[in-house]
Amino acid sequence: MSDGSNGWKSGSTLERVLKGGSFVITAELGPPKNADAEVIRKKARFLKGYVEGANITDNQTAIVRMSSVAAGCIALSEGVEPIIQMTCRDRNRLAMQADLLGAYALGIRNVLCLSGDHQKFGNHPTAKNVYDVDSLQLVQIVKGLRDDKKFACGEEIKGVEPRFFVGAAENPFADPFEWRPLRLAKKARAGADFIQTQLVYNVEKFKTFMTMVRDLGLDRQLYILPGVGPLKSPGMTRYMKNEVPGLDVPDAILERMQKTPKEKWREEGIKICVEIIQQMREIPGVAGVHIMAIEWEEAVPEIVKQAGLYPRPQPPAQAPAG
Amino acid sequence: MTADFEPTIVSFCCHYCAYGAADLAGSLRLQYPPNVKVIKLPCTGKLDLIYILKAFEEGADGVLIAGCLEGDCHFQVGNLEAKRRVVYARTLLDKIGIGGKRLEMINLSSAMGNRFAEAATQITEQVRALGPNPLKQKQRV
Amino acid sequence: MIVAEQKPLEEIKAMIAPYQRILVVGCGTCVTVCFAGGEKEVAILASSLRMASRIDGNPKQIDEAVVQRQCEWEFLDTIKDQVGSYDAILGLGCGVGTQAIAEHFPGVIALPGLNTSFMGLTVEAGVWAERCAACGSCILDKTGGICPIARCSKSLLNGPCGGSSGGKCEISKEVDCAWDMIVKRMKERGQLEKLLEINPPKDWSTARDGGPRRISREDLMLAREGELP
Repeated sequence: MSDGSNGWKSGSTLERVLKGGSFVITAELGPPKNADAEVIRKKARFLKGYVEGANITDNQTAIVRMSSVAAGCIALSEGVEPIIQMTCRDRNRLAMQADLLGAYALGIRNVLCLSGDHQKFGNHPTAKNVYDVDSLQLVQIVKGLRDDKKFACGEEIKGVEPRFFVGAAENPFADPFEWRPLRLAKKARAGADFIQTQLVYNVEKFKTFMTMVRDLGLDRQLYILPGVGPLKSPGMTRYMKNEVPGLDVPDAILERMQKTPKEKWREEGIKICVEIIQQMREIPGVAGVHIMAIEWEEAVPEIVKQAGLYPRPQPPAQAPAG
Repeated sequence: MTADFEPTIVSFCCHYCAYGAADLAGSLRLQYPPNVKVIKLPCTGKLDLIYILKAFEEGADGVLIAGCLEGDCHFQVGNLEAKRRVVYARTLLDKIGIGGKRLEMINLSSAMGNRFAEAATQITEQVRALGPNPLKQKQRV
Repeated sequence: MIVAEQKPLEEIKAMIAPYQRILVVGCGTCVTVCFAGGEKEVAILASSLRMASRIDGNPKQIDEAVVQRQCEWEFLDTIKDQVGSYDAILGLGCGVGTQAIAEHFPGVIALPGLNTSFMGLTVEAGVWAERCAACGSCILDKTGGICPIARCSKSLLNGPCGGSSGGKCEISKEVDCAWDMIVKRMKERGQLEKLLEINPPKDWSTARDGGPRRISREDLMLAREGELP
């Protein structure tokens, strides 16, 4: 299995730190709804030094924003390694592969493959939806580009092939619950290297999920990074509990936020997040966490520090054998 | 509108209740306007949208649907299905420009001769206030 | 069957505005079953339009006709002597029917009175739902008889996505999550492991993406001139 990166699949910092066995931190960096590069740079500066990779969302909730690849490059220029996201909603397999070739040429090394929220939710609900391939097939395509040096049609890539560290998402709390670990197995089989999950507030339920995952041996095939996120207010907590499908926010957490005085909301939200991170570190099979501080990237350094995870480890230079 | 306007009301009555009530009103010599012309249906469930439209297209100024009390329909739920069609018809009549307020539905039992007379009077006055069928108005113009 | 809905009356009125004599033509097949363009619906629409046009001060002549199936030339022939007497035909058949009218009677203006929506079935009286997307490569054997192309909002072949909740699709509580149903059905059949196989990207070239489709059957064609020895 030859590759051009010293024995690594992609050589990204995320890959190297995970392989080295340290608990990783990734975070989200949301691109702006405009063409201003400075917005990305500002957000990147908050995250620099605190994360192994920053997810650059791709028209999240089907709302048009600066493209993930472009924003990813800007983040890279600020010293933050991007994990570009690619949804299946907006691009067909031609555009996806073209974007991947370009992204790699521009220095991007991590990609997260997602189905993508239906365009009905966003600001262009009348658009045609693409869904030429689904997220699992996209994972296979990205892996195929890297390991087989082949395009999705089977044609060989002549010259430099894009070598991405490929991730997928999973929602441990979506229905049908018993099927989720099996779907994760499918993603491992498709070639996913790492998984980021939807926000976890119900740690007990997540532990149940991880037990099923370990029973299938998936923790040894995939690096699993549960999503964690600081709450900003009781209102936000209630909204997430009641209005967002697939999010399980326990009553205890809502009550905790409700009992907190207004000036301490953010502080308490961060505290809860840090506690969850610490609980995650205790769960076997969890390789790190993915901090989703939407439009609150400034909270990330605080969270990382309070969780006792700063400074970040140096990524190993040499790929360990095997 | 015009003082001498006598509305023509077509009333689709179900055989089991409404027609009986209309009959009873007659037997009891109850006064109700002669404007109301009764057409018997086996059940209001037989009511088709086209009957209502044809009535207006042929010049009726108002239409009254009369069926059994809800829960007592001789054919179980014919009157409930008629109700749905009446709701739809009202919207359609508004869109056409005839006006949904010219269409009413009542529920009664065959013993309620009084109720029939009352409803017949009510709809006659309601439609009188609305004026003649717009189709006839336009023709005068 | 093909399921369609009548266009709003306002839209139809605007469409027929330039014309004086209109023939409303219904179809006795799919659109009769979904109550959009059968004999009854033709009568209702024609009456509505006659009354509306009179009230608007511009009375139109609006006549009615129905053919058994608009998508067969022979059935359209039954109205061939009538169509010439009208300025426009308001087709109450599906999009195929209205086009067939235009194709079979060149020179006739065929207007669509319906919005053709999908291929589906009658769930219960008054409710129709989409079932088939005409992708041209049926995979119902792999998905327990439930079509993910038509019934999954994202046409996933390895679903469900993270938006599946309580057996419903993220886009609406009225839409069942196709993959939730598929998983449950395969589980009932004891065939859940089949779903662990990864379905590869679909060949969309047999679907509409590949261009307008056509099927030719030599064994069913009529003999042509010049075929005789």
